Amino acid sequence: MSIKALILLSPILPLLGSAIAGLFGRQVGRAGAHWVTILAVMGSFALSSYVAWQVFLNDLPTLNYTVYTWAVVDNFNLEVGFLIDSLTALMMVVVTFVSLMVHIYTIGYMHDDPGYQRFFAYINLFTFAMLMLVMANNFLQLFFGWEAVGLVSYLLIGFWFKKESAVKANLKAFLVNRGGDFGLVLGVAAVAYYMGSLDYFEVFARAPEVSDLSVNLMGDASWSVMTVICICLFIGAMGKSAQAPLHVWLPDSMEGPTPISALIHAATMVTAGIFMVARLSPLFEQSPTALSFILIVGSVTALFLGLIGIVQNDIKRVVAYSTLSQLGYMTVALGVSAYSVAIFHLMTHAFFKALLFLGAGSVIIALHHKQDMREMGGLGRYMPITAVTAWLGSLALIGFPFFSGFYSKDMIIEAVKASDRAGAGFATVAVMAGVVVTSLYTFRMLYLTFHGQTRMDEHTRSHAHESPWVVTVPLILLAIPSVAIGYFTIEPLLFGGVLADAITVSPANDVVAKLAYKFHGPFEFGLHGFVTPVFWLAMLGVATATYVYLFSINVATTVKTRFHWAWQVLDQKYGFDSLYQKGIAGGSLALARVLSTWFDSRLIDQLVVNGSANWVGRFSALTRKLQTGYVFHYAFTMIIGLVALLASFVWLR
Amino acid sequence: MLTLAHFLTLGALLFSISVAGIFLNRKNVLLLLMCIELMLLAVNMNFVAFSRFLNVMDGQVFVFFILTVAAAEAAIGLAILVVLFRNRQSIAVGDIADLKG
Amino acid sequence: MPIIEIVFYLFGAILVASALSVVTVGNPVYAVLFLVLSFFSAACIWMLLQAEFLAIVLVLVYVGAVMVLFLFVVMMLDVSGKEKRAQVVRYLPVGLLVALAMAAQLFLLIWTQGFETQAFPTPYPEGYSHTEALGQLLYTKYLYAFEIAAVLLLVAIIAAIALTHRKRPDTRYQDPSNQIKVRREERVRLVSMASDGWVGRSNGHGKEES
Repeated sequence: MSIKALILLSPILPLLGSAIAGLFGRQVGRAGAHWVTILAVMGSFALSSYVAWQVFLNDLPTLNYTVYTWAVVDNFNLEVGFLIDSLTALMMVVVTFVSLMVHIYTIGYMHDDPGYQRFFAYINLFTFAMLMLVMANNFLQLFFGWEAVGLVSYLLIGFWFKKESAVKANLKAFLVNRGGDFGLVLGVAAVAYYMGSLDYFEVFARAPEVSDLSVNLMGDASWSVMTVICICLFIGAMGKSAQAPLHVWLPDSMEGPTPISALIHAATMVTAGIFMVARLSPLFEQSPTALSFILIVGSVTALFLGLIGIVQNDIKRVVAYSTLSQLGYMTVALGVSAYSVAIFHLMTHAFFKALLFLGAGSVIIALHHKQDMREMGGLGRYMPITAVTAWLGSLALIGFPFFSGFYSKDMIIEAVKASDRAGAGFATVAVMAGVVVTSLYTFRMLYLTFHGQTRMDEHTRSHAHESPWVVTVPLILLAIPSVAIGYFTIEPLLFGGVLADAITVSPANDVVAKLAYKFHGPFEFGLHGFVTPVFWLAMLGVATATYVYLFSINVATTVKTRFHWAWQVLDQKYGFDSLYQKGIAGGSLALARVLSTWFDSRLIDQLVVNGSANWVGRFSALTRKLQTGYVFHYAFTMIIGLVALLASFVWLR
Repeated sequence: MLTLAHFLTLGALLFSISVAGIFLNRKNVLLLLMCIELMLLAVNMNFVAFSRFLNVMDGQVFVFFILTVAAAEAAIGLAILVVLFRNRQSIAVGDIADLKG
Repeated sequence: MPIIEIVFYLFGAILVASALSVVTVGNPVYAVLFLVLSFFSAACIWMLLQAEFLAIVLVLVYVGAVMVLFLFVVMMLDVSGKEKRAQVVRYLPVGLLVALAMAAQLFLLIWTQGFETQAFPTPYPEGYSHTEALGQLLYTKYLYAFEIAAVLLLVAIIAAIALTHRKRPDTRYQDPSNQIKVRREERVRLVSMASDGWVGRSNGHGKEES
């Protein structure tokens, strides 16, 4: 088979698997459903690996072709097409690998759930949608994948639809994402309007032509068209990648089953925004203003949303806020034009964050779906594999030297330091402080969960034991890249020019090139990592967490009472939720109420709908008296009409 | 001297008489049908007269078709009357007002 | 006064008089007979106009078939012709008004448009066949219309039969399709009866069926 057929097959397989498991779930049974879907994802992973092998090692040239033309309007084509280059290949492998791990893990996690087949159908569908997103060669397909993953995310957050909080959370996720999608749609529309095409390469080719154009928005303020397009597109990314202030849905999305949190809300879907900005780097490079905006948003997200993680008690929510913070780091990297570094962090983060989530899920299985860390503690004795893999994931997360997270996160910090973009100073402070925060909440979580005294009740403790192999094997398989992938990929990805065919950086902005002079190989970089201030900042967080949560837990309560206002600010999540609830939801409700009473029921219902019906009814009541039913009356009417017609011949001619 | 107008007048008289007949015999369906036949005769009279005076044969072909249609109409109208009578034992149209709104 | 005008006025008067009688006589049988008379006189006037074929068709088809059908129905239905005069009178003014208005308008039209100057045409030459002329036209130019008229008559026949035909429940008839569809169980019913005493007498001729 040709490589194009293989490429096409790779998203089609999960789609078929999803259709089989979803539509014929009852016929194929539980085991049938997971075999079908896992084989589909496995095939997809194998094909993705083959494509990646061809791209990275055999120097397959960039493939950009149309599979199917959906519609042609004038010269404007709406197509389904694939763009296969290094970025796509990398994303395909990451997506399918994490997806495969999560599929296997799900067998254990959802073991007793009545919606077993439905769940597999959804995550397989998600794999399809995500592959369509990353393989797109035009904005329309990007948008399709974007909305499709959003839909699956919605379905999966509300997977336990009998739980009210889950239903509310999925509605929230859907609505907040619509807010972001509004920006994305505007951006895509602006692209179509100014560039006259939706194909990536055509748009990139025309981007320099429009960079001088400007447009008047909000009165007389003159904006560069490129900035408007980029900011609109990035607003879409803010929704999907949960950047402040559109982040509020992500913590709530933890109402969904844990495999989903790992796959969709940590490793893959939420990185779609990062991926999109990197994919569209030729556009974003044209607008330093938009990049500064991205930088500020990212650094705010990285620091302040990480802080909330410190006060959370739900184990999944801690990881969720950590995800927010790490997405902020990626966004910061995008903001300083270090797209390859963002993608690098995206990849390492996908592995270790999926690992952490699945580890949290393993704990949750052991405690029979209890998620409160105040009722955990000392679990390391009962579930050693989970504890060890969680440690590995945490070390990667805080950026301990030689772990994968270290390479990507340190590179982001170095890139920010080296950049001279507006806002880079603030971003430097934010990402450095973020390091302390990260290590603090990460180790707080580790200690509260796996170490110290056991605080759960006797019944739960007697049942706590290591999870089955379908859970632990994915943990181990994910732990390997979490530890090692940074070491092996940093050089080719960042400095080897592997991503050069997909990512465009103008030479003036190229911070990665500046860093290349300082880089002397991954081993030296790792060793040097022990003496950087970043490492000591991380150690500061670790030490604090160790002291407080391992030895004198009452310090935490003292601090909490002493700085009650600060705790309250964090606990309220800076008031975003209540602001949205009161401002947007409340405002919409009030407006809707007014419209429903005045416009809908008074004007539409009473006047237009019932009014016209009443009028017709009254008129009919009058005219029905004309219909006597007697034949001769009709005959008379005809004859009189005939006389009148004759009269018109006589008198009006 | 006979002119076309004489023949048309004869047709007009026939037509007016049958219109008056419809008013006068409004309760008797049979007579209504006969009045309609009379009307058709008036129309045919006009057709024949025009055809002859204008020396165009097509008008008489039309009379032929009118006769055909009138025969069909009479047959079906009478059949309906028979069925009506069979069902109601009466053909007094004054009693039939099922279409009353 | 030439003979042609005498004929016209004579039959015209008969026609108008008999038509007036049709609408005023009240008794349906008389009305039908007056209608026949008016058709006859109309046929004569058509003869005057040298439309012999149509005149004969009018008499043969109309008087011979349609009017007879009318008579049949009138007599079969036993319609009492005793229409209440009062009701007739009640609508007389309106009817007369409408009829007079219509007649007046028609006269206005007829006597002002130049019809009154159109002289009576010269007679057709010797050997002219009206029937042939009509046939020429009917079977060439109006062939399709003619065929449709034939179908229309057929439809009328079928419709009239379908309307008046009724099923008589008391007549006996065969339905072959039901006869073919019959099953064995509907025809034969096996009844098992105790053959007490008989077995003993016949010394076990056959097994007792139970």
